[in-house]
This record gives sequence, C-alpha cells and structure tokens, in this order.
Amino acid sequence: MNVQFRPSAEQDAGAAAKIAIADCDIHPARRSIKDLYPYLAKRWHDHLEIYGGHAYQGMMEGPPYPKAQPNASRRDAYPPEGGVQGSSLAFMQQQHLDANNVVLGVLNPLNTGQGLRNQDLNAALATAVNDWQIAEWTSKDARLKASIVVANEDGPAAAAEIRKRAGDRNFVQVLLLSRNVEPLGQRRYWPIYEAAQEIGLPVGVHAFGFGGNPITASGWPSYYIEEMVGHSQCQQTALASIILEGVFERFPKLNMIMIEAGFGWAPSLAWRLDRVWQRLRSEVPHVKRPPSDYIRDHIWWTTQPMEDPERRDHLFQTIDWIGWDKLLFATDYPHWDYDEPTRVLPAGVSDANREAFYLGNARKLYGL
Amino acid sequence: MTSPIAGGVDCDLHPALPHLTSLLPYLSDYWRDQVTTRGMTDLESQSYPPHSPISARPDWRPAKGKPGESLHDLTTQALDPFKTAIGICNPLYGLQMVFSEDMADAFCRALNDWLAQEWLDKDARLRGSIVIPVQSVEKSVAEIERCAADNRFVQVLMLVMGDMPLGKRAYWPIYSAAERHGLAVGIHAGSNYHNPPTSVGWGSYHIEDYVAQAQAFQAQLTSLIVEGVFAKYPRLKMVMLESGFTWLPSYLWRLHKFWRGIRMETPWVDRAPLEIVRSNIRFSLQPVDAPPDPATLQRLFDHMQSDELLLFSTDYPHWQFDGDAVLPEGLSAEQVRKIMIDNPYATYARLAGAGSKETAA
Repeated sequence: MNVQFRPSAEQDAGAAAKIAIADCDIHPARRSIKDLYPYLAKRWHDHLEIYGGHAYQGMMEGPPYPKAQPNASRRDAYPPEGGVQGSSLAFMQQQHLDANNVVLGVLNPLNTGQGLRNQDLNAALATAVNDWQIAEWTSKDARLKASIVVANEDGPAAAAEIRKRAGDRNFVQVLLLSRNVEPLGQRRYWPIYEAAQEIGLPVGVHAFGFGGNPITASGWPSYYIEEMVGHSQCQQTALASIILEGVFERFPKLNMIMIEAGFGWAPSLAWRLDRVWQRLRSEVPHVKRPPSDYIRDHIWWTTQPMEDPERRDHLFQTIDWIGWDKLLFATDYPHWDYDEPTRVLPAGVSDANREAFYLGNARKLYGL
Repeated sequence: MTSPIAGGVDCDLHPALPHLTSLLPYLSDYWRDQVTTRGMTDLESQSYPPHSPISARPDWRPAKGKPGESLHDLTTQALDPFKTAIGICNPLYGLQMVFSEDMADAFCRALNDWLAQEWLDKDARLRGSIVIPVQSVEKSVAEIERCAADNRFVQVLMLVMGDMPLGKRAYWPIYSAAERHGLAVGIHAGSNYHNPPTSVGWGSYHIEDYVAQAQAFQAQLTSLIVEGVFAKYPRLKMVMLESGFTWLPSYLWRLHKFWRGIRMETPWVDRAPLEIVRSNIRFSLQPVDAPPDPATLQRLFDHMQSDELLLFSTDYPHWQFDGDAVLPEGLSAEQVRKIMIDNPYATYARLAGAGSKETAA
C-alpha cells in the first residue's frame, strides 16, 4: 500500500534495493474501450455503445463499491501524456519497470469482459484483449508477458482461445478471476483447465470478478473494505472447491497461482481441509490424497497485498508453513494498494530465499 | 494429552430437538394446527446431516433418535468426563431456514421454552442460548426480552450465514438488547441457506459447506468490526462458535492492513481490529484446525497475541476429537485454566450469578 503508517527499523530498504525482480501482477489499462476496437469486430463496437457490458452486477460503469482512489490506482501514476493510470507503456517503464529493476512483468488485464452475461461478447473481448496485450505491450517490451484472458463462463470458447495461443511465448498463464457464477472447481470450468494443462501453462486466479453471488454467504456488505478483505474469503472458497472437486486428480500437470488474495490464510485453510477431509472423505472419494498435498504440489501465491504482522517472525513462520518456493513477488502496479518492492520483505531473510521470493520462483514456474 | 481441570465451562453443547412435533406442547393452538394440518416435515438443516460423520462422534451416536437428544447421554458423555461445572446449550434446530417471520417467531418461542423445561430445569449445570427469529428484528428483541427474565439464558444465538451481514445496522437493536441484559451474542456455524453457502456460489458437497464456515466467520467479523458494532456497544461480547480459530491471525493482518489504508471509509472504527477482537470477540475451542503437534499450536497462540480469546468447548455431539482429548496437546496449566474457566466467566456475565430462573436485581 502507498501509505507509510509505521516506519520500522525492521524494514531495511537498502538491503533489497534494485535487485532484479519479477512483478507477477501488473495491470495494464486501456484509455477507453475504443483501444480494443482494432481487435474487435464492428458488430461489437455497436453493441457496446448501445447496450454496454451487461455484467453480473447493477452498475452500467464503475464498481459497485466505490474504490479508495480513482480507478483504484495510485494518484502519482497518471501518465504525463494523459489517460488513466497504467495506460502508458512509456510511463510504466519509467515509473515502475526501470525504476524497480523489473526483469519480468506479468500482465493481468482487468475489465476484460470476464463477468459479462453475454458470453459471445465476453469471448470477443477476451480475444481482443489478448491481441491488444501483444500489440501494445509485450511486442514493445520484452520484459512483459501476457495472460490469456478467456470467456470464463463458456468452457468450450475459453478452451478454444487457450489452444489458439498454444506455443505463443508472449503468454505465460491463463487468467481467471476468483468470483464466477459457480465455485471454480465446478465442471463447467474444466475445459479451461484441460486446455491449460494441454498447452503447458499455469492458470492464474486473480481476486475480483462478478458472478452474481454476494461477496459473503450472508448477502451484500456495506463497504469497500469488506469487498477488499472479502476477496481473501472468496479465494479460499474457490481453492477449496478446486481441491474438493478433484481438479488436480483429473489434471495432474495443472498448476495454479492465487493472485492478489493474500497467502497468510493458506496454512489454516490447508489444516482445516485436511481435518474435515479425514471425517468426510467418503463423500468425495475422488479426492484421494489429503487436500494439503494438492495445495503443496499445485498452488503458488503472489505476495501483494503482503501480509503485514507487527512481528516479522510471525510472517517468516507463516511463509515457512507455505514454503519459500511457493511465493511470487507482485506489486499490483498501478493500483493504490501497491506493495513497494524494497519495503515489502523485512530483514532477516536468507539470500537464497530472498532471490526465490523476488525472482527465482517466478522464473521457474513460468519456465523463463 | 492435556488433562482438563474440574470446574470448567463448556461453551458449545448441542441438545437436539427430536422432531418438529416435539414443539407441539409449546405452541399455540393456531401453530399446532398449522404443523399438523399442513403435514410439516422436520426442520433438519443440511448444515449437519444427522448421519454425517461430523454430526456425531461414533461412540456418541445413540441406538435410536438424533445424536444429542438424550439429556442423560449429554450429561454423561459431555459433562461428567471432564468434570464440567457449566454447559451452555446451543440448539441448532433449523428454525432459521423458515421464511415466514411469524412462523419462525412461534417456533423460536417454543424451542426456547422447550430448552428451559426439558433441559435447564433438569440439570442445574446447564445454561441456555436464546434462539431468535432473525428475519424480524422486532420479534427477536421481544424474544430476548422475554427470555432474559430467566437468568439461565446467558447468550443470544445466531447463525454465521444468514440474510444479511451481521454488522448491518438493522440488527443493532438485537445487540442493544443483549448488551442491556448482560447476554453474550453467540454466532454459530450454519446457514439458513437464503444465500449461497459460499461467497462464490453453491458448491457440490457437504464438505465444502462445512469448510466454508470458516470463511463465513471471517466475513462476519469484518462486517461487525467495520460497521462499528463495538464502538456503539462496547460492553457487548460476541462468541464465534465452532468457527475454528487458526485463521484469525492472518485474517487480522489483512483486515488491519486495509483498515490502515482506507479507514477514511469507516471513520467510526476508532481502534485497530486486533484491539476490538481482544476486547469483544471470543472463539470456542473446537474444532482445532491445526496439525496435532504442540509446537505449531503454540506458535499459532503466539500469532493470536492474546490468551484470552479461546473458550472451552466439546461441540458435543459433533465429532471434533476422540476419547478424552478435548484439549489439544501441549497446553500449559495456565492455558488450560484460562480456556476452561477464566475466559468463559469473563465472557458470559450471567455465569457470575447463581443461575436461577428468577431475574437478579
């Protein structure tokens, strides 16, 4: 976050400054929907202008819970040439990639059509966003890698888009959001996992999305902070669904990345899953191993928003439970709750773990 | 095994209503007629299918009837073995699923009377929770007022998954009544299924519903804290029942971080979330969602940064532990005393009294 509330001697800015890093959650923005028109059939230009997106939520534009800052982005991230934060490659290079020595940046475009009710529009937008990522971003900066955006509720269309990108080294993962019409382990999403496994890319599940379900099991809360904290609960539940539906039994080579939903909850969720599975495994005979096994073998986490306990040993102990080899550093640039690379990891980490955290794990997982 | 000590307070016992028709003696003519004429079925919630392994420990399953429906079984299986002094009864009968607030009100009143007469009257160690018709805040408050006259009721009981997040202002008269009468508010695992049981929709399996209780508790804690319930009712104690607790530290790290970032949105939250939890929120001991090794559990207690949060519970007759291992391995004598005695008495104001049917002055 771009608030420095508690300057701490534990935060040794100098130690980590300017080492080469991977940023596994960067959000490129478009100046307007018209940026996608070159990659989108004329039919959809007209459709969008007449009917709009028609999402699983009530607002014609903008989020149902007003963000903390315009576009949920840093106030200092507006490009000098105009446009919203994250819409200028040149300014992103200057402010973030060069300044922070980002050698690998994974693009996770949002507002891509995922979460729209019209599945044909969703699929057309997904294809357009994928073409746009190559044309405007990855082809112009070799540090950047793209995500294959898909029509998340239309398995066959999503699988076709994934296969279309097979072997294209511009892309390093398939991108889903955590909140969908159903929990992500459900069969309707399996064609996505099948195609991802087939072309050898991991599936990144980024927090957010709209599937029509309230963000709590008791209906809609009042505040943006509840939505932001709630993304962690959504991610936990989505992961539980993926494990308990047997996705990794069916797709044993599939890897997944939990993006921007925290990681501190992973140990307690795994313990709870293991405990309850011991009791109720007769209901889910397709789950053959303790759930924590699948988590350990198949799941990675991006770090932002980094858990931030008062005592650094609590953070280190939590990471020990998860594994230093499972975390992928991310800043969430240009969003307001951005994690500053030099401040995020307290002092006291071994060089090997520090290198894995900032870069090594990402290179290994993405095969770069 | 860590040995329990005598004189403890078991904060989560589940006496079972044998059947909806068991309420007939406690219903008005009109509602008695409604139940029989309409052929109403038993209001058993799928949160706890009676034959599910989680719903009853194998050696606690009766030869016939629902687990937990026998007073004799409950006292000999849950109270006597641990030399428990006080046991708090949290009926989980599925009244919350009823859509009509009038029907829910009639059934809740009957259930509370049934609990008082068939359980609390028959064993002086037992205390009760007031089940309320949550769809109507007005009727809920009236039922709290009615039952509060009986000092053996020590808590108001709600489910963790309901129609609205629990911090919503509409519910505040319930919290006001609870605070006024020295009643804790217990939030128990379970859903009325008026919303999908997870925040990402309906899963396929019972096991998913059960795992998701922990996420539902997290969401409710956020709602209760950021809506300002404890700024308005600083003396109110809320108890998370069958919630698990190992998720609490990392959950609070996240909530704290966002509260620091966007506290301008909820400026009435005048204390850090962790401080609010320390002063107002408690958790029942079972289930302990942690590996069995004492070192990990002690590390988790250290992450919780307080030894006042946990309250002893067996979760009887649910299957959370085997044999006498109700306390996890490796607790110190002081931790045992706090969990079994000090913390419950500090939470439930009404345990200080003699537990009489009459209202104390």
